[in-house]
Amino acid sequence: MIKSFKPALTAIAVSLAMLSQSAVAAEEQFFPTISYRVGPYGANGQSFYGGFVDYLNYINIKEKGVNGVQLTSEECETEYNNAKGVECYERLKSKAKVSSGPIHTMSTGISYALIEKSAQDKLPLAMMGYGRTDAVDGSVFPYAFPLVTTYQMQASAIVKFIKEKNGGNLAGKKIVYLYHDSAYGKEAIVALQAEAGLNKFDLVQIPVAHPGNEQGAQWLKIRQEKPDYVIFWGWGVMNQTALKAAQKVGYPREKMIGSWWTGSEEDVVPAGDAAKGYMAATWNVAGKDVPVIADIEKVVYGAGKGNLQDKAKIGTILYNRGVSAAVLSVESIRKAQEKYGKGKAMTGEQVRWALENLNITEARLKTLGATNLLPEIKTSCDNHEGSGKVKIQQWDGAKWVSASDWIEGNKALIHPLFQASAKQYAKEKGITPRDCSKEK
Amino acid sequence: MLYREAGQFKTTYAADQQLFPIRQDRIGVITLLLVAFIGVPLFASEYWFSAILIPFLIFSLAALGLNILTGYAGQLSLGSAAFMAVGAYAAYNFQLRIEGIPLIVSFICGGLTAAGVGILFGLPSLRIKGFYLAVATLAAQFFIVWCLTKFPWLSNNSSSGVISTQKLIIFGHELTTPTEKYLLVLSIVVFLALAAKNMVRSTTGRAWMAVRDMDVAASVIGIRLMPTKLLAFAVSSFYCGVAGALYAFCYLGSVEPDGFSLEMSFKILFMIIIGGVGSIMGSFLGAAFILLLPVFLDIALPFLAGLFGLPFSSATVSHIQITVFGALIMFFLIVEPHGLARLWQIAKEKLRLWPFPH
Repeated sequence: MIKSFKPALTAIAVSLAMLSQSAVAAEEQFFPTISYRVGPYGANGQSFYGGFVDYLNYINIKEKGVNGVQLTSEECETEYNNAKGVECYERLKSKAKVSSGPIHTMSTGISYALIEKSAQDKLPLAMMGYGRTDAVDGSVFPYAFPLVTTYQMQASAIVKFIKEKNGGNLAGKKIVYLYHDSAYGKEAIVALQAEAGLNKFDLVQIPVAHPGNEQGAQWLKIRQEKPDYVIFWGWGVMNQTALKAAQKVGYPREKMIGSWWTGSEEDVVPAGDAAKGYMAATWNVAGKDVPVIADIEKVVYGAGKGNLQDKAKIGTILYNRGVSAAVLSVESIRKAQEKYGKGKAMTGEQVRWALENLNITEARLKTLGATNLLPEIKTSCDNHEGSGKVKIQQWDGAKWVSASDWIEGNKALIHPLFQASAKQYAKEKGITPRDCSKEK
Repeated sequence: MLYREAGQFKTTYAADQQLFPIRQDRIGVITLLLVAFIGVPLFASEYWFSAILIPFLIFSLAALGLNILTGYAGQLSLGSAAFMAVGAYAAYNFQLRIEGIPLIVSFICGGLTAAGVGILFGLPSLRIKGFYLAVATLAAQFFIVWCLTKFPWLSNNSSSGVISTQKLIIFGHELTTPTEKYLLVLSIVVFLALAAKNMVRSTTGRAWMAVRDMDVAASVIGIRLMPTKLLAFAVSSFYCGVAGALYAFCYLGSVEPDGFSLEMSFKILFMIIIGGVGSIMGSFLGAAFILLLPVFLDIALPFLAGLFGLPFSSATVSHIQITVFGALIMFFLIVEPHGLARLWQIAKEKLRLWPFPH
């Protein structure tokens, strides 16, 4: 009996050995993708992660990977649930131990839950435009990267934009801050208060309870207050409701400026007419004018390997944001390979170093075909943000158009807030901060 | 066969009153504990500890808490997640504000704070019953979450309301590995589960059950309704509070008030309904079913799809998972409305009568 099995067993053993060898021979860079395409914010996740995965495939098809290293990814669905996010992270972790790209969760809650774990496991966590914003101070948070810009810098940039519109003076003006009453909405308050003190404008804070589809009382209050501007920090269904409510009470949409999570097609299209003229901050432009987006559509979807089922989403704000997240991730792999050896898969630790030493200039963006897709970025140990710039865009009823150039928030005012907060965290946790002056 | 008790005679009161009167049960429980304390740490992987076993134990504890209140004392509650939030935030604040307080003590204090809040929200139970009470406890769900967002002092003035828990230090030793965390959670859960098992067969537990079955009759035979109901609320919230503290400290490491949502309360309620209302073991079975099945499907479905060459995206898997999950819940409740614990009990009885089942 056993004898007759022997050839079969040998065959299996040999093929297994070959398989494992071929796995060693072709270097692969693994991207743990903790995503959501189902659940309350599923529509946003679909566009974002669609763009993210498309760009990885694009690099694989167009350049045969990064210096020959194929990019692979595995997705795990969280439904925007923190506990599920942790489960997904633990599941993908064992694969990420060999090689890992930055992890993008696109969820502040999940990022918070992963910050300590990822530092322990030495896996870099990217939080582009969300998350624990004081992680800008890399001396306390070596593995967390709130890349591009943060809520506080965004709020500051919006104030700067309004100030410029008002001839450089905001004294005596009144600004309402209308926000989702959650961690996300409250992050910006501290920055706005600091700005209000500096620029001597009147700040009125009006919270909206989750999920935000009931805003009658809030808009009544706004009508009474007669603010010069409304800064708006909404989410999901709350955004379209606010636009419609503003129309109802006759508040001009041109005076409403939203955060970057309130400025996608998913938010304004359902509001229809009410959204026209509304402005929102963003760190990436919409549309297919960006060469790389057009090229992705041609190369990836041409080869039938596109990730999106609904091709109409290509070129939307969130799709482009997903691409920009992938661009930064791939650039960090490139950077790491420059230091640790080209054509090799990079470990989390090596990618971490790269994320801390990114220098993506305008020229580099142009080579990538990503001009204007995102601002220039130069990170360092004590600045994990790297840019702090946003654009203001305006909805003309059919598409988003840029209403400003890149605006940088008031770094001198905001970054000390991060450092103070990071210091407090370090004290609570008993962490000794790294000495950034000794980092290379 | 397995459960034949021939020859097991009890000659003392102590033997008659022990926790597990059947020898097979005793052996089974001891084996289970040995496996849990020694076998599992030897063999389980990090993924199992951090993503499956720890949350399973924590939710079992929360389900146990709700089961005491709903299953034994008959008071419907939809506020379990809120009491978990109280436990989590209270334990965090005790650790933060009292210099040198031992971790376990702050867990207990977290539980006690939750018990206090539980009594407060249990007060309406003296006047209202059933669904109406469930709606009253719903108030706890909204009020507590609002409270935690509203008063920044509770989250140590964190700008976002999110707290990040302190290090786990017990007797000067810092627990860092998932195995150590698992053992800590396991010890607490085992201790509290045994305590609950004892409690429900004591005078207190029998009073709860009398109130559950018919409160008028209970008061006629001399059970004072107010202390009995409030005690049930206190004990239940204590369990939920400790579960919340463990959830924050040993599982997620950082929590925000919105994390303790109504959805989580429902999840805990489903656990006891599936597992078995009014059963200690049911809480564990229910938690296992509700927590592990989605993970199992999540891993099994893509594998099956691979076998048959079907293109499954993670979103499809997620959708199928929800469907299968709902269907299974319906199936189980039709087959056995009293939950998984009842199925186990029937199996046990059949085995005791084997080979002559009736």
